Amino acid sequence: MNIDRQTMEVDIACVGFGPATAGFMHTLSQAMTAEDGSVLLESKVMPGMPLQVVCYERADDIGFGVSGVVTRGKALRESFPDLDPAQMPMAASVSDEQVLYLKDPLGKSRRSSGVRMLDRLFGLLGTSDHAVKLPYIPPFLCKKNGLVLSIGQFSQWIGNQLMGSGLVQVWPGMPVSEPLLEEDRVVGIRLVDQGVETDGTAGPGYMPGMDIRAHLTVVGDGPVGPVGQKLDEHFGLPEGNHQDEWAGGMKFVVELPEDCTLQPGFVLHTLGYPEPEIFGFLYVYPDRVAALGIFVPSWLDSPVRSSYRLLQYWMQHPAIWKHLRGGTLRSWGAKSLQESGQRGEPVLAGDGFARIGEGSGSTNVLTGSGLDEAWATGVQLAEGVIELAKAGEPFSRANLERTYLARRRSSWVEADARIAKQSRYGFTRGMIPGLLGMALSGLSGGRFNVGGVFRRPWERIPVFKDYFRGQISEQEIDSIVEGCRQHGKPLFEPLMDKLGWPPIEYDGQLLISHQDALLIGGKVQAAHGFADHVRFVDPDACNNCESQICVAMCSGQAITASEGGGMPEFDREKCIHCGICMWNCTTSRPGDSLRSNVSFEAGSGGLHSAEN
Amino acid sequence: MSGGFHIVVCGSLVPDPLQTLEPIDGPNGPALKNEMMLPAVLDPWAGHALFEAAELAKNVPGSKVWLVSLGPKAKLQQLMMSIAQKVSFELVAIDGSAGGFTDPFDVAAILADAIVKIDGLDRSRLLLFGGCASASRDSGVTMQMVAERLDIFDQFLAVDKLTMSSDGSMEILERIEAGRYQVSSCDGAPAMLGWATGSLPEPPNNPQVGMMNMRTVMPALQKAQTAQIGVGGLSYAAVELPKQRRETRVVKDTPAEVVAQEIVDWLKA
Repeated sequence: MNIDRQTMEVDIACVGFGPATAGFMHTLSQAMTAEDGSVLLESKVMPGMPLQVVCYERADDIGFGVSGVVTRGKALRESFPDLDPAQMPMAASVSDEQVLYLKDPLGKSRRSSGVRMLDRLFGLLGTSDHAVKLPYIPPFLCKKNGLVLSIGQFSQWIGNQLMGSGLVQVWPGMPVSEPLLEEDRVVGIRLVDQGVETDGTAGPGYMPGMDIRAHLTVVGDGPVGPVGQKLDEHFGLPEGNHQDEWAGGMKFVVELPEDCTLQPGFVLHTLGYPEPEIFGFLYVYPDRVAALGIFVPSWLDSPVRSSYRLLQYWMQHPAIWKHLRGGTLRSWGAKSLQESGQRGEPVLAGDGFARIGEGSGSTNVLTGSGLDEAWATGVQLAEGVIELAKAGEPFSRANLERTYLARRRSSWVEADARIAKQSRYGFTRGMIPGLLGMALSGLSGGRFNVGGVFRRPWERIPVFKDYFRGQISEQEIDSIVEGCRQHGKPLFEPLMDKLGWPPIEYDGQLLISHQDALLIGGKVQAAHGFADHVRFVDPDACNNCESQICVAMCSGQAITASEGGGMPEFDREKCIHCGICMWNCTTSRPGDSLRSNVSFEAGSGGLHSAEN
Repeated sequence: MSGGFHIVVCGSLVPDPLQTLEPIDGPNGPALKNEMMLPAVLDPWAGHALFEAAELAKNVPGSKVWLVSLGPKAKLQQLMMSIAQKVSFELVAIDGSAGGFTDPFDVAAILADAIVKIDGLDRSRLLLFGGCASASRDSGVTMQMVAERLDIFDQFLAVDKLTMSSDGSMEILERIEAGRYQVSSCDGAPAMLGWATGSLPEPPNNPQVGMMNMRTVMPALQKAQTAQIGVGGLSYAAVELPKQRRETRVVKDTPAEVVAQEIVDWLKA
């Protein structure tokens, strides 16, 4: 159908306002005009004016639905030499950093013989509260002299400066559906249709998404952004690259109890519990506020994973709970992390487009750092764009490779990414080879690595009967599966109960139901008139899916099991846009062995909290 | 209506209603905890007023809409990125507190003063729009006081519908008790309408409208005057939020009828 769409022309259209785009816009805006106001980088679409730069952000405001972070702040400090954390809400200099190895106080986690040996080995160092404080933090992980930040508050801080400059525009609440492609050239972006039914057909107040034609499209839409995905579909990934490692992050922002002794800037990393493969974090902000949570990695080969329930067990570990008891939930959030790093790098630049940030493979899984790298890639692109704009040269693939890519390839981001590139292969073989691999890669500067092969969920998540062999009988599994299907209930709850994980004793403050966390801390909302952005491509595949991990892992309980079984149901108004359903689905798409059966597209709404 | 209306909408930000609010004692009196960190939205009733104003301006040639907003400049700037995509208006920004503890009398004085100073405003053609109340800052008196200060004596509150005649006269539906409406007639401008929900849906985000608005929004923010408000003069005996009850309880195997009866009992209590 030929739809008459409004069009608008700009010089540069950016997709997604995260740290990378912020770094890009900040650097670019500094160079657009002279102190006397005269134009240094002239627009081609509005001659005489500075470059016309707009950014469209899906979330209802900038900084919604992101995360707390600890960062070395190297790139940030290069952009802001006088950076003072006190200027920003929820920011502090790192004052103390610890790594805790958590033993299992309940005896319910799945610990291999190697992990049990590690329990004993670390136990020699002295155990307190079922945890061992590691005496040494490897330098590649250490964040000494770094910063703890709320990316939400950081985004608002930098966003206000950018908008206050009047030189660039950031428009929240405006999802971008796809790139505009003319053969292999990106000529802009298409915004989502509004006034449509959930299936995308025109409804009352139908307004076709506008086409924003741009000389350069900057794609910084993160790990599940629709524009990035569609570019990958069109161009494919560079030879040998795969996006096959990710994690689901879930966190609380907590007001710590009055008697809590943790100081602002305290950073805690954990491993070992509630499953050995799950990493945890706790960062303390000023005013007795902390961000804390867990990462559920792609190599946790469990068909019953549920980030929320696992997070509640992690919080109750004695070594963590002693700091949290009596605290209250302030904000809650979740996101998926693209952890393939450089191995998952897409085509970074082409005619009319460039990719920056997490979706461009900038996250470094060895150093556990993403914000600084994302910001740096934005700065590198901006410097390339400034060079080209000053010379009046087009944003062609060759020119962007010569300017942006050359800067990125010769930077510390690239050097660190190379070290990290193979650092986590070991985890595909188990926890112990994984930890050894990280240590080996990190300490040898990437010269030595533990090998392994990443596989997709449909290639490796075991079926229930194999996973629970010796723990739950086949008859019991069949009964649980059948019961849940009939009543449309999630499988992970009865299965975890059956494994002996105790029920969560709610305290109404931190130990609360998932739905209460969504209501109290998540504050999810979605405007009317947008289509469903999560789709199950092949309903038959869902009918035959045993685990329905998409239901268990859905951070917002937006995906629920259907009564009678079959394709799950999706409620757009509960979705927080973490995209973890797409990564975790255990069924591949018909005719496409690289992509899952869950399609995650452009959509509106999500979290309404910038305290994450 | 020859020449159209000059429609001035008073409206500012309130904390996103999804947020948890907690009053604290600030250096200048009561405040909300972490107020500057909380997401903000356009006051819902003022939002309806703005959308109605834009629709009226669209239908009456020669009309123009101004939005007069009193709030912290940085938060106003952020708010504008959302609402400037919806309808066309010219912003008059005033930098000052938009907390829930400012005095409506002071707010009205500041708003009226800003309206009087609007360049090119023809007060004989003025329709003063606003919310019938604010979600955070008053008890439904601010708009009347602004109108009084502007010598506007035709005042309508809790308006849900405005029907404009070709001669500029208006028929206005105001909410009254028992779900009924009071129907009023008014010869025309100047008049003040404090809107309830109106009858229009929230417009979709339109990037072209946003781009047009930004030509005036950013300069308006840059030249926003600072208003001294919420910095003393009033003393508060006590401050508290409306009571909310939230009780989490997990029950198993309880029939729906029993749950329903429990809710009914709770409501009756």
